[in-house]
Amino acid sequence: MDRDLGVALGFWGLGALAVVAAFGIILTQNLLHAVLLLILSFVAMAGLYLTLSADFVAVAQVLIYAGAVGVLIIFAIMLTPTSSRINADTVFFGPGLILGGLVAVVMGYVAFKTPWDTVEGGGFDSTVAAIGDGLTNRWALPFEIASVLLIAAMIGAIVLVRADVPGQVLHPEGGVADEPAMEIAEPRVEGDRALVTSGRTDA
Amino acid sequence: MLLANWWDLRTLANPVDSLLGWLRDHFPDWVAYIVSGVIGATAIGLFLGVAMLLLIWAERRIVARIQIRQGPNRVGPAGLLQPIADALKLMQKEALTPREADSWLFWLAPLLLFIPPVLTLGVVPWGERMSVADLNVGLLFIVAIGSVIPLVIFSAGWSSSNKYSTLGAMRSMALVISYELPAVIALLSVVLLMGSMQLGEIVRWQQDHWVFGMFLLPVPFAVYTISALAEVGRSRADVVEAESELGSGYLTEYSGMKWGLFYAVELANALIFGGLIATFFWGGWWLYGLDNFIPTWLIFLVKMLLGYWIFVWARGTLPRLRIDQLLQFSWKFLIPLSLLFALLVAAEVVIWEESGVSDLVAVPVMIVANLAATVVLVVGVVRLLGFRRVQQPRRATLTSEIGIINRAVARPAPSAPFDVREPGVAE
Repeated sequence: MDRDLGVALGFWGLGALAVVAAFGIILTQNLLHAVLLLILSFVAMAGLYLTLSADFVAVAQVLIYAGAVGVLIIFAIMLTPTSSRINADTVFFGPGLILGGLVAVVMGYVAFKTPWDTVEGGGFDSTVAAIGDGLTNRWALPFEIASVLLIAAMIGAIVLVRADVPGQVLHPEGGVADEPAMEIAEPRVEGDRALVTSGRTDA
Repeated sequence: MLLANWWDLRTLANPVDSLLGWLRDHFPDWVAYIVSGVIGATAIGLFLGVAMLLLIWAERRIVARIQIRQGPNRVGPAGLLQPIADALKLMQKEALTPREADSWLFWLAPLLLFIPPVLTLGVVPWGERMSVADLNVGLLFIVAIGSVIPLVIFSAGWSSSNKYSTLGAMRSMALVISYELPAVIALLSVVLLMGSMQLGEIVRWQQDHWVFGMFLLPVPFAVYTISALAEVGRSRADVVEAESELGSGYLTEYSGMKWGLFYAVELANALIFGGLIATFFWGGWWLYGLDNFIPTWLIFLVKMLLGYWIFVWARGTLPRLRIDQLLQFSWKFLIPLSLLFALLVAAEVVIWEESGVSDLVAVPVMIVANLAATVVLVVGVVRLLGFRRVQQPRRATLTSEIGIINRAVARPAPSAPFDVREPGVAE
């Protein structure tokens, strides 16, 4: 009974935290506050994974979502102009609310009507070995395809970012001449330029 | 452990276990659960408080000694009350909050920065059976907490509404993120070899195989130490507080006790990384059988302080690197090196298990093989990246002529792809 009380407390507390954080994301005026509340909701989700005895997934959630995706979104926001960082009122607030309500009703209905498998509470083996075994034995092909997808994304990002490759010729007017896009040239030393986020026009 | 009585203080788990057993016998289960949590939390809080006070004094005295001067020696005998004087001074200072600052975030950031050290200390094995929470994913937990630190740094810098603070925060974020990767890949080698992410298991593996992790894994040890140095922001990598460049970085607007909290957290982080290095690479609380006589938590404390001392030593002696030098070092040298070594360790583990060789033979063979591989890999990666040492320079040469990798001058496109070598001055 004590264990159930603990799990119930954990679930309702973390669920409430996640929902409050999500509402905060929608209702706050400041975009960076919204991102930080998003990260808070990620951490609450990690806690909910823990109540389901998924230890590896919970820690991976913190590592990937809060640690990496959150940082990515923050960097992306820092590249936007300051004027468009206000989470202002829109015309779509009413329709959005109705749509969100409908989605919630559908998902709630499905969640209540599905016959979920339940497991007895108690001790559990570490899930890391099971996940590793699955990823390398049964699901090895999707694992490899996912890694190829990630490499493609990284290469795409690098190609997008390399605006001025040293092999290209600069026009006197200031434009950039046409060069074959995939010419391999020496990696440019980025220095501090890539980290200054107030626009690429600054020297 | 020979005897497991409550007065056997070689591991503090004995008195605690006796207390919890007694509580379980006489009270419902949840009382023992809550009491164990309270004991763990109080112990960590006490340790951090005392440690920070002592370390402020110790660091200043040691750095002073390296710089051939005396440190604080006015307040109290040999300056021992200096941290208390510092704390009192900081508390009575006016804690300014800039008018444009995001006051809620500004106030919250130092508090949030305090959470990762405390959480990490909960997972670390202080002695035999003496972790507050020996998670089966302890190592990944530590990595996950470390990945949240850049966010807190960013909120500290951005909420100051100061361009230099924001710049410093972004630089610091880039630094921490870049050095997390080699650290995690070094820890990957550790996990591959020792077969578990549980920190208590890692220490026990080193005990069972009668070897320190450092001997078997020299490259991960070096890579992890360097990454820890950079992540904590100590010299040589303290571009965060490069006062000549950024005017104190993301800490600029913080005054009073908020700044004191940042400073204390930096010290705590250094101490904790020392503790982690001790756990992964120096055998944790185990010391070749001496832990049967000396309390294990004492051994661990000494090792943790040894790790911290290495950081202070680096601070006192080494000059600061530029941010682009640091980033290049991480991405172009440390990551390939640690990745290659992780591949090597994986191959070695498979060979070891498949061939069924006993530990007595396998471990010395692996030590020698890994040492040779270290030399080969380091020399190989350095040669591959085009470093060229200038042998006995007879006159001053420009950096751009020698062609070392941290060139600051742009030069025209080379003829061959990825040709970093340049016809330099042949001495």
